Amino acid sequence: MASLTLKEISKRFGDIDALSAVDLHVPDGQFCVLLGPSGCGKSTLLQIIAGLERQDQGSVLLDQEDVDHLSPRERDVAMVFQSYALYPHMTVSENLGFGLRMRRFPKGEIRDKVLEAAQLLGIEHLLDRKPGQVSGGQRQRVAMGRALVRRPRLFLLDEPLSNLDAQLRLNVRLELKQLHRQIRTTILYVTHDQVEAMTLGDQVVVLKEGQMRQVGDPESIYNRPADTFVATFVGSPVMNLFKGKCVKEGKRFRFLHPDFSLHMGSLSLDMDGHEVELGIRPEDIECGKEEKADLKAEIAMMSNVGADQYIHARIGKAPVTLRAPKNATFCAGDIVTIPIDTRKLHIFHEGQRIN
Amino acid sequence: MNVCRLKKLGFGMGVLGAASFSLIPFLLFVSSAFKTQTEVTAIPPQIWPSFSLAFFRSAIVRYDILKYLVNSVIVAGSTTVVTVFLSALAGYGLARLPRRWSHLTLMVILACAMFPQIAIVGPVWRFLRHLGWLNTYQGLILPYVALTLPLAIWILALFFREMPEELEAAALVDGCTRLQALVRVIVPLSAPGLFTAAILTFIYAWNEFFLALLIVTDPVRQTMPVGIALFQGEHTVPWGEIAAASLMTTAPLVVMVLLFQRRIVSGLSAGAIKG
Repeated sequence: MASLTLKEISKRFGDIDALSAVDLHVPDGQFCVLLGPSGCGKSTLLQIIAGLERQDQGSVLLDQEDVDHLSPRERDVAMVFQSYALYPHMTVSENLGFGLRMRRFPKGEIRDKVLEAAQLLGIEHLLDRKPGQVSGGQRQRVAMGRALVRRPRLFLLDEPLSNLDAQLRLNVRLELKQLHRQIRTTILYVTHDQVEAMTLGDQVVVLKEGQMRQVGDPESIYNRPADTFVATFVGSPVMNLFKGKCVKEGKRFRFLHPDFSLHMGSLSLDMDGHEVELGIRPEDIECGKEEKADLKAEIAMMSNVGADQYIHARIGKAPVTLRAPKNATFCAGDIVTIPIDTRKLHIFHEGQRIN
Repeated sequence: MNVCRLKKLGFGMGVLGAASFSLIPFLLFVSSAFKTQTEVTAIPPQIWPSFSLAFFRSAIVRYDILKYLVNSVIVAGSTTVVTVFLSALAGYGLARLPRRWSHLTLMVILACAMFPQIAIVGPVWRFLRHLGWLNTYQGLILPYVALTLPLAIWILALFFREMPEELEAAALVDGCTRLQALVRVIVPLSAPGLFTAAILTFIYAWNEFFLALLIVTDPVRQTMPVGIALFQGEHTVPWGEIAAASLMTTAPLVVMVLLFQRRIVSGLSAGAIKG
């Protein structure tokens, strides 16, 4: 087990900055998730940490010790790949034991450790099969087992669940979280799925185009997104964002949009006359049919996601998504009122959060 | 329905035509090998042989064909082993080099294979004489390796390039060195590619005539193709013995290709990636 520290890691591929000055500290035993859209450099970062790829600048430290000059073999990290990358010519048991064999563990010890890991993951009945003869979910477990069996200092998981179907993904996600509780090894987990990031991570790092946009626990990422990218990338349905102008009205500020205006409460910065973006999450809007609210919207469409219903509506021309109350029945064309809770507003200026 | 049947018929006829076109000469000499001396020279030609083994006996006893066979096996076998070993290393390197450079290198390698044999045979001969390797096995193996390497490297480089890089990355993280990753993970999975390279190399070295004729003039070290060509006396052409010897040269190749074909077809890489 080890803590991981990245210092100003940069990497270029041709003209593209894959990573620019990434700084990160993952304490020992933490489950850290790198979240970002595809092509944001998260897999590259993982490969640099594993030693498979070389950074142009910066350094990787395990337990405050520089490991830049070490080969992947010497770093003693384990990696689970998106494609699993199981060795198809070896049985499951040989796959699990491969890392131990390469490190010249005695045969008996390898057998015990392989069995132990297989039992932990519930795949002991598959040990004699080849990877081609087991199901997708089982392959994923074998890949986890191959990483687990060595008890490495650090786990690197590169989108390990993205090849599973939805139902299985949910189960494995829970098991993974439980597994981490049991073994308490530091995990760095890469995903583009914000739900995975929010449910698994102790710490979430949001990456875009090789830059860290925000680091924090899932709650702060969700409740206080640092910029408009994080605000729209995390959360489902996507946060409503309105572009408009800020004007001062006494001590308070008013937000002016071509289609509507509303009070924003007080701001710490004087934004009088500036362009701002106003964000509000669909689940933070409690709509009703009462008359006294700030805004009115016409319903365009309803969408049902099972536990919740969402309303897609328009305020004038501006589209807005909001959560429908339980058991509410609305039709397209109905007018709903939208009361806005100013405490739940996210206000951005030039993309950055200002409230 | 009728059109469909017609199409099938046309297809069958086409296959039959193509197959007979290439197989009839082969069948003719197979039949000649099993004839007797009078049947070979019979007019009108006799198609069906009497399955006499006289020509085989004569080829082995009078022309000492087994000696040539042994030479061929040694030369072609060694060439194959050396070529496949070297081209596996080179091909792996080229497969993992940045694409631009590997492409350039592969092109240069291909260019080396473009020289007509007649253009290089003089220097090769002088070079081998200087080494004192004329009339030796290594005198044949060396130029054969040089001539078969480009194709083998191409085959393997392209094959290795198709191997998912994640497999290697997994092996590296699991504690392999680069070379161990190649030997323990990539090579076992590349069996089809390796067999293809090996068969093509072996066939080339087995059939090569021109260099073998010039480099090895001592009958003790001559290979099959040269040996058979030299059956011809001043006044006689021993057609029967030539046919029998040719059959003995071809049969091992056919058997080998059929055997390895199965290995090539068996999809060894199933299940590596999600699938």
